[in-house]
Amino acid sequence: MRDFSYARAGSRAEALDLGQADDAAFLAGGTELINWMRIGINAPARVIDLARVEGLDAVEEIEGGVRIGALARLNDVAQNPLIAEGYPVLSHAILRAASAQIRNLATIGGNPVQRVRCPYFRANEGAPCNKREPGSGCAALNGIHDRHAIFGWTEDCVAVHPADPPVALAALDAVIVTDHPEGGRLIPVREFHVLPSQNPAWHDVLRAGELIVGIELPAPAPRSAYLKIRERESYEYATVSAAAALEMDGGVIRRARVALGSVAMRPWRLVAAEARLAGLAPDAPEVADAIDASFAEARPLSGTEWKVRLARNAARRVIELAAEA
Amino acid sequence: MAIGDIITRVDAPTKTTGQAIYANDVNLRGQLYAAFVGATVPSGRIVSIDPAAALAIPGVVRVLTEADMPRPAPSFADLYVPPLATRHIPLQGLEIAHEGEPVAMVLAETLEAAEAGARAVDVVYDAAAFTDPALAEPVDPDPGRGDYSFLDIAEFEKGDAAAAIAAAPVRIARTYTQPSRHSNPMEPCAVIAEWSGGRVTIHDTIQHVAALQGVITGVFGLEMDQVHVRSIHCGGGFGPKGFIWPHQILVPMAARVVGRPVKLALTRAEMYALVGMQPHMVQEVELGADENGRLLGISHIASNETGVTEDYIEFSTVPSRTYYACDAIYNRQYIRRGNVTLPTYQRSPAEGPGSWALGSAMDELARELDMDPLDLRLANYADVEPSSGEPWSSKMLREAYEMGAERFGWRNRPAGGTRDGHWRLGYGMADSSQGTQRYGSSARVRLRADGTAVVESSFSDIGTGSATVMRQIAADILGLDESAVSSREGDSVLPEAGPTWASATVISTGTAVHRAATEVRGRLARLAGWPADAVGVENGALTHEGEARPIRDILAEAGVSEVSGDGTFTPNGGEFSDAGPEGFPSRVFGVIFVEVAVDPELGLLRLRRATGVYSAGRIINPRTARSQMTGGIIWGWGMAAMEQSRLDPVLGRWLSKDLAGVAIPTNADIPELDVAFVDEFDERSGPLGAKGIGELGATGVAAAVANAVYDAIGLRVRELPITPEKILAG
Ligand SMILES: Cc1cc2nc3c(=O)[nH]c(=O)nc-3n(C[C@H](O)[C@H](O)[C@H](O)COP(=O)(O)OP(=O)(O)OC[C@H]3O[C@@H](n4cnc5c(N)ncnc54)[C@H](O)[C@@H]3O)c2cc1C
Ligand code: SF4
Repeated sequence: MRDFSYARAGSRAEALDLGQADDAAFLAGGTELINWMRIGINAPARVIDLARVEGLDAVEEIEGGVRIGALARLNDVAQNPLIAEGYPVLSHAILRAASAQIRNLATIGGNPVQRVRCPYFRANEGAPCNKREPGSGCAALNGIHDRHAIFGWTEDCVAVHPADPPVALAALDAVIVTDHPEGGRLIPVREFHVLPSQNPAWHDVLRAGELIVGIELPAPAPRSAYLKIRERESYEYATVSAAAALEMDGGVIRRARVALGSVAMRPWRLVAAEARLAGLAPDAPEVADAIDASFAEARPLSGTEWKVRLARNAARRVIELAAEA
Repeated sequence: MAIGDIITRVDAPTKTTGQAIYANDVNLRGQLYAAFVGATVPSGRIVSIDPAAALAIPGVVRVLTEADMPRPAPSFADLYVPPLATRHIPLQGLEIAHEGEPVAMVLAETLEAAEAGARAVDVVYDAAAFTDPALAEPVDPDPGRGDYSFLDIAEFEKGDAAAAIAAAPVRIARTYTQPSRHSNPMEPCAVIAEWSGGRVTIHDTIQHVAALQGVITGVFGLEMDQVHVRSIHCGGGFGPKGFIWPHQILVPMAARVVGRPVKLALTRAEMYALVGMQPHMVQEVELGADENGRLLGISHIASNETGVTEDYIEFSTVPSRTYYACDAIYNRQYIRRGNVTLPTYQRSPAEGPGSWALGSAMDELARELDMDPLDLRLANYADVEPSSGEPWSSKMLREAYEMGAERFGWRNRPAGGTRDGHWRLGYGMADSSQGTQRYGSSARVRLRADGTAVVESSFSDIGTGSATVMRQIAADILGLDESAVSSREGDSVLPEAGPTWASATVISTGTAVHRAATEVRGRLARLAGWPADAVGVENGALTHEGEARPIRDILAEAGVSEVSGDGTFTPNGGEFSDAGPEGFPSRVFGVIFVEVAVDPELGLLRLRRATGVYSAGRIINPRTARSQMTGGIIWGWGMAAMEQSRLDPVLGRWLSKDLAGVAIPTNADIPELDVAFVDEFDERSGPLGAKGIGELGATGVAAAVANAVYDAIGLRVRELPITPEKILAG
């Protein structure tokens, strides 16, 4: 591990200021960053601890929705009544992430910034990996990749983004709010992560020194649900996950928003399917056809054919679950 | 405290309060920390090693390569492999046998400097093509490549199995595979070694203290009294701490080279390179039966992966010559060599993999016969040991079947495929059984003037409750209270005990403790002037014909400060080990029933409930025994539903070398488990009437689960683990 200097930011302004140093990294819960430094995934020269920055951990109502401070802990977000009642999809997604201990420490702002779980990327001694060492190749492409992408991959990277909360946030059309000395931004969660066609080495669109200050959710979506599929019941990343938020007219879907997780380098909204779902009952047989419309663009790897089938079934199931919510 | 009482593990308070001192908690004055540089290629040669950048890091003291290391003494050649796991010791040459093999060892004043140094060493390799053992040709094991061949038999023949199967009215022939699996004990391997004069002291975490002591004498040409080994706590064994692996030799070597104590703890990733795993296996099973389900022939041919240096054999064909009555049996073991760390025994060796294949095949046969799988077992009940025809030492499996079926409700279970929402329910069962191993062991019991006793023996308590049970046995014989008996274990200065593996500790060391305590009781009787065979014990007093005298008073009146007794257990013929009493083959038996839920659309498999009932001799401590069985069932669930280590086909490295990328069961996966034992006393197995149980629980579980999955959705999975992609493919 490389030696680094440590600074504790006392305020948002100080954090932004300190964040402009070369090779600086923000430390929130530290559940990802510390592991990266240990494995050798990154080696920042300067670590800026956000723990003492005040005013960034609230969950509060805003005009037309809710704002979550970036430093709110995952468990606090999931258990907040505004979220648990208004946005069950997000609450469920969080509560199925990691372990209770990690969720007590990890922040909602740090979560979308987590990196891929591709085993080659996480290898201690460094396997060929364009995300680890740009230009070194992609070991997964010719290696073992049966947990990898079915949408939006290129030969330069076939990884999926593993996080759960962003899948729910994408289905909710949430927006990530950032700050930066050169100006903050409002970044839709759906556009936060970077596909390998844009840049195989990158994970997200954050600039150096750009601070996430919060996440804004539009109007509540009480009819929403999250489904996470994994070999074991707890403490494991999704093989495939699915989030749905429905608006209903009696027994019929008026508007559906459906996103899949762990199928691409970003949460994957089923846009074509959503258009066809309007007017259907959630358990109607036509739901399957509607979903299929979004799978026309699926392009599985040799090892991920099976994930196409799983993802389809998951999308169908999550719509049923959301309707029952 | 008596045999049969429920007693909480005596090591629980120190462990749960963090006070237990494990090997890596030991610190010695002047110690250096070691970190390995692991080969990044799976096969080839080292061309050059440049330590300059590492040596420039503050705190780095030495970078040892093969050029710096001493070569083993001539007595090294006399060591058996096992208990030496492999004769291929890294840093002794330039050839690389597998990815991750150490090519250099960095010694530093701090762990951080050692690790940074290890990253900075520049190694150039001449990489060669590597062999993935899963794809290698199966060949006969070579008895010249290690001594694993001598641990069981590679070929067994009784009658003409091929002809019997060919002529049988009902036949099945199937192939079952399973992946490599790493054990991942919670505490990784750790060693610290210090030389003083010509003597070496080693703190380690191992399942057999005497094995390390013996190997170290052989490596360095020392006498036993020049090697002091301590393994006071062992945070889980499961196999990789059984035999002696190269890092346990390299650390004392390094300490000798630099003249300072050297300390090494393997990282989780290094546990995938420096110690063995359960091998990838392919098993072909053919069964022939008559219309009533009576087995006419069994053929079981297995092959397992091994390294390029020795031929490790996973004797998984054992169940097909020991589980069922059959006149025609054929077994054959092959190996497939490739560039991986040498595999090793893992809970539960031989029968774990073997019961998966045979237990699945029996279920397939039952389906073919349209017979209940339990009835098929009863139709082939082995009243005598099938391979030899000799009577069992004891066996109450019929009673276990009956009790298990009753507790589980097997006979009136719902139909397979019954729905619960999106879930389909399935029911499966299989036999659990493990052979017996006993090892020469000795123990001493010392009864002191204050009425307390101490048990002394070098056995290793790997967290299974061995120390608790040994104290319990001594307390029972001496009529003492729980708090009055302590123990000293895990140290080579103590009377030598056999290993804590192969479920052997209670029957071997326990018998030695029983004899030592009985000896003490006899001496006490003599001091009291009573006949040794007519005394009893009760609440710290010796009794005879209605008279009771406190032990303390007897010692005080006789003016002795201590009465001590030695006990030994010697296997048949004075050998190092045996497989049970002479002429009476010994095994433990049982049955496992499971209910699973399968969501075929989402590929999900979950355990709903399980019942395991066992015929395993006398149970010394129902609490530690139950923990062994539930732990075994959970181990089996992991094997069935998720665990696998996969070798990258291009890079020749394990895909994931940690617990983030390799799933093992969590608490949330495990429902309440129903465990029971048949009331049994195996008179032939020794004075305790007990047998070994540590490996039993994990046998049969994978087959029972696969059988239940078939019951639920009609999909037969013959390739473990049963992961979502396999269920979705069904
Ligand atoms: C064993 C394990 C299992 C896990 N399982 C899951 C799972 O199942 N599902 C899931 O979704 N996640 C899972 N996680 C990931 C976990 O949720 C993330 O580690 C966590 O959310 C990251 O938050 P943090 O506050 O700890 O981030 P940190 O580790 O502090 O930071 C992570 C990254 O985000 C950056 N960062 C943090 N805060 C900000 C900010 N405000 N502005 C800009 N950049 C910032 C840091 O600089 C760093 O680059 C798991 C993690 C572990 C270790
Ligand atoms: S899939 Fe992406 S993260 Fe994985 S090895 Fe390839 S480039 Fe690296």
